[in-house]
Amino acid sequence: MTASTTPLPAALADIAADLQAASARGRLDLLLEFSDELPPLPPRYAGSALLERVDECQTPLFLTVEVEPEQPHRVHLFFAAPPEAPTTRGFAGILHAGLDGLPAHDVLAVPDDAPMRLGLAEAVSPLRVRGMVGMLARIKRQVRAKAHPG
Amino acid sequence: MPVPADPSPELAQYAHPERLVTTAWLAENLDDPGLVVVESDEDVLLYDTGHIPGAVRIDWHLDLNDPLTRDYVDGEAFARLMGGHGITRDTTIVLYGDKNNWWAAYALWVFSLFGHPDVRLLDGGRSAWVAEGRPMTRQAPSRVSTDYPLVRRDDSALRAFQSDVLAHLGRPLVDVRSPGEYSGDLLHMPDYPQEGAMRGGHVPGAVSVPWARAAAEDGRFKDREDLEAIYLTEVGLDPQTETIAYCRIGERSSHTWFVLTHLLGFSHVRNYDGSWTEWGNSVRVPIVRGTQPGGV
Repeated sequence: MTASTTPLPAALADIAADLQAASARGRLDLLLEFSDELPPLPPRYAGSALLERVDECQTPLFLTVEVEPEQPHRVHLFFAAPPEAPTTRGFAGILHAGLDGLPAHDVLAVPDDAPMRLGLAEAVSPLRVRGMVGMLARIKRQVRAKAHPG
Repeated sequence: MPVPADPSPELAQYAHPERLVTTAWLAENLDDPGLVVVESDEDVLLYDTGHIPGAVRIDWHLDLNDPLTRDYVDGEAFARLMGGHGITRDTTIVLYGDKNNWWAAYALWVFSLFGHPDVRLLDGGRSAWVAEGRPMTRQAPSRVSTDYPLVRRDDSALRAFQSDVLAHLGRPLVDVRSPGEYSGDLLHMPDYPQEGAMRGGHVPGAVSVPWARAAAEDGRFKDREDLEAIYLTEVGLDPQTETIAYCRIGERSSHTWFVLTHLLGFSHVRNYDGSWTEWGNSVRVPIVRGTQPGGV
């Protein structure tokens, strides 16, 4: 995948800069921090059919998106992934830290290849990073549907 | 062998009991300087969440696969990898990992291609160790690098290529994927991305034994008697006959290769690591769909 040049949202750009500045070992440590800090799924979503499964991840992850009805339609992300899947949880943690609370317009503007621009491919392998590409695609699709219903 | 085998009576039933260790034995022998514990998981970060004290991580993507060619690393890269973890040719390696030792068995098979003399699996893997409340740490081990010798990888005895499988058709093959992949309804395991092959089905004549049937409820290997009931009686494999195992990319079939070779004493089992991602994408190779092995 050729890297696009579309800028990342500020929070995600900061995360990308931190990851890029770290050694391969340091990137794994940061990813583990994001895994540890992923907020738990709110009880209202426990076992909910509203959760969408992300098949692109090695270990399946579930996610859902809420979009505030009033302008600027801020986006909130919710994830469920088991503790035995820390890489997948770490990917979710990065997306949560980088995108949660942004206006829908800004989330939709995130380039599809953003996960490939975080310096993670060298640390965890490009194949695994594809799982994060899948997460982002599903998040954007849900935001599109919920911000512009009908 | 540098470190004596685990004498636990429950291992004595197997053909090569020296290839397995129990959690209790490992706990007692963790500090043995001749032993290095290696964790190998599906999730590369699982090791960082906590691992057996002193264990090093070897990752199938990052450490065992050649980054360019679809192949395993060569002797030089393997020597760097092992030497970097302070492993010598005399070291007893105990492998363990997640998912019933699926990836640990894969690493063990790759180590065997390089003829590392003493490689063993921790029976029950990571989950058994954790379930027993044994110590885990996030502290990275500090090991002094060694000069691991440059050993040429020898694929001839343990690895089958597509041409070998074509020449082998009509003789015993075991497909260890899920029933849906075997029949051709799925192109990958249930719950995983459906990708990787143009055609679904199995190699003609292959019998179906999903790999995880070798594991008991607690993740340890089933008793020999139960394994023989599956592999010998139920599907008719024969320990004296050349057998090839395959799956999607050769990892799950490494687990079955271990079971047939080291637990049941099969004399000649090869792992076809090209597996379905090669066979199901190849032009004009024969494929059978459905639940029956089918003929050649």
